[in-house]
Amino acid sequence: MTVAEALIECLERENVEIVFGYPGGAVLPIYDALYHSTKIKHVLVRHEQGGVHAADGYARVSGKVGVCIATSGPGATNLVTGIANAYMDSVPLVLFTGQVPRIQIGTDAFQEVDITGITLPITKHNYLLKDPSKLPVVVKNAFHVAATGRPGPVLIDIPKDVAQAIISFKYPSTVKLRGYKPTYKGHPSKISEIAKLVGKAKRPVIYAGGGVLASQASEELLKLAEAISAPVTNTFMGLAGFPGDHPLFLGMLGLHGTRYANLAITECDLLIGLGARFDDRVVMNINSFAPHATVVHIDIDPAEIGKVIATNVPLVGDVKMILKELLPLIEKVDRSEWLERIQALKAQYPLSYDRESGLKPQFIIEQLWKCTKGDATIVTDVGQHQMWVAQYYHFKKPRSLVSSGGLGCMGFGLPASVGAALALPPGSKVILVTGDGSIQMTIQELATMMEQCLNVKIILLNNSALGMVRQLQEYYCEGRHMATHFQFHPDFEALAKAYGIPAYTFKTEEDVIKGLPEFLDSPGPAFVNCIIPREENVLPMVPAGKGIGESVECG
Amino acid sequence: MEKHTLAVLVENSPGVLTRVAGLFARRGFNIDSLAVGRTDRDDVSRMTIVVEGDKPFIEQVTKQLHKLIDVIKISNITEDEYVDRELVMIKVTAEPSQRVEIMHIAGIFRARVVDLGSKTLTFECTGTEGKINAFEESLRPYGIKELVRTGKIAMLRGSKYVALSLAPSREVENA
Repeated sequence: MTVAEALIECLERENVEIVFGYPGGAVLPIYDALYHSTKIKHVLVRHEQGGVHAADGYARVSGKVGVCIATSGPGATNLVTGIANAYMDSVPLVLFTGQVPRIQIGTDAFQEVDITGITLPITKHNYLLKDPSKLPVVVKNAFHVAATGRPGPVLIDIPKDVAQAIISFKYPSTVKLRGYKPTYKGHPSKISEIAKLVGKAKRPVIYAGGGVLASQASEELLKLAEAISAPVTNTFMGLAGFPGDHPLFLGMLGLHGTRYANLAITECDLLIGLGARFDDRVVMNINSFAPHATVVHIDIDPAEIGKVIATNVPLVGDVKMILKELLPLIEKVDRSEWLERIQALKAQYPLSYDRESGLKPQFIIEQLWKCTKGDATIVTDVGQHQMWVAQYYHFKKPRSLVSSGGLGCMGFGLPASVGAALALPPGSKVILVTGDGSIQMTIQELATMMEQCLNVKIILLNNSALGMVRQLQEYYCEGRHMATHFQFHPDFEALAKAYGIPAYTFKTEEDVIKGLPEFLDSPGPAFVNCIIPREENVLPMVPAGKGIGESVECG
Repeated sequence: MEKHTLAVLVENSPGVLTRVAGLFARRGFNIDSLAVGRTDRDDVSRMTIVVEGDKPFIEQVTKQLHKLIDVIKISNITEDEYVDRELVMIKVTAEPSQRVEIMHIAGIFRARVVDLGSKTLTFECTGTEGKINAFEESLRPYGIKELVRTGKIAMLRGSKYVALSLAPSREVENA
């Protein structure tokens, strides 16, 4: 069989059900082979960036490896943003790109780019397949590397003549990679050391990140928190890894975190970091981050431990496996004093906003939560709306938030919602909360959404501005709003309707109260343009250079 | 700040040098010297990388290197007794009248003449970085026309070795 046919066979063996992609000259043989597959559904996107973001959304929701195909040259370069996004958020993807025939490589041929070179810093690994016979091994390895350890994107670049070459197909049953053996099991002596520290701690806080979701450790995290009476704060990536309505939940920490989460970190004497990487938006000023705490850091990626802050107890391994070992060693300690302090902080510094002037975005998110009670998959774009979702929506189930964390990639939301909807059973609630800046970056994917008959509800929080940057200008540029106020907007309602999507506009709280439940329950896709005040800022926020204990609550 | 010599065993595959060099560049790690060549096994290359930094820095370098799929094994051989060598070739200006004098200097450094021109002498010399530096300085007054160094290669002393056959598990110990 040809390499292209073998590739499709490999994908079927890896139980790939959906691939996202965009055809082109260099991937012609692959698409021709795909034509004959009865098991794999191909989703034609409208731009390769949409394809990789959709595969990313699909992977985040399903927990499976997302797959995307693009042609050589511009097809490949259009993937770059999406690959970087998946790399930053540790999302397992396998990307296939076409390449010019081997003999033309290095000649600046038509639609030639060195995509393995370009993606070197943003892939977990990548391959330029020069030897046709290696295809099955390379694909097997790629899926293994993408999905295991700390997950991430892997790219395979296939020259057109390689795709056409004839090979005898044998799919390997095992993976042999002598340079890649992730550590899952935590060191027993470290685990008992942690148990002892937990026993002694008076004011423990659990700081949980995306690793909890990646290792499916939400249940163990809940058990740990309850067993040791420790409040839990989530990183943005960790949201939905702990029940948002639980009394021990502190919400998100960091730059736009709750004041009580940030103050709990500042006051704690034991900080247990689980699958989190002490990102700069979390830590803010290193010197005033958890200044009184003994730091325990559990992560599957050894390079994250000690990278940002000094750790007292480093432990490499899988969060779920480690927590399972740790739980039986935990002794119950009375921490009522600490929990009372936490309650006092929560009462003293609740999240709040002023409902006086116009339809507030926070109100919309609160109503969204009231309507769904957390039984929905929320996809967001990047900007103020994303932070309001993080603050005001209470996530209930793991993987019910899909958002671009590390890269902060505007334009992620719409295509990711396409992928998310395809990963879920038909009829599931997928809600995209987006901004007027973000949605215009990938708005062409509305066509993909309609073509696939997906039931996505789009809530556009429209302030006619690039709100987050506008807010930064407010604080750091003395209110000089350079290039952040849109002077022109399309008629979003008409635009959605042009794609065949029922569309509405909300302008008042009453519109939301009356219209939102019906909007969410309507069959099929729907779009609502919510007109919100331009001046609204995301608060609280930690001013630049300050510690996380010093957030401000008003502009 | 001390210098650390890392012996890194890597897959002998295309692009592996780019992966390692690219990692150093994007993480802001400075390479003092890097020498690479294949080992006794065709499928394994060995890089000798010299980096300068404190312990946490070297630890981060090592951990990041480990994340590369093509990196099989890393040993910080500076933590043990080791020998290291560098090879230099120097072409120096040498009028016939100066030849004896220059060759006398070369003799002190046990350098060998590898080529003779009408007005030049070319030497090869192996040794530690310090010796090579001293040799270079001794020839400088005569006029160095060309100089090329291999970068340091290094090996553990005694019966210890950095090789795949006895490679311990690649799992990172929770040190």
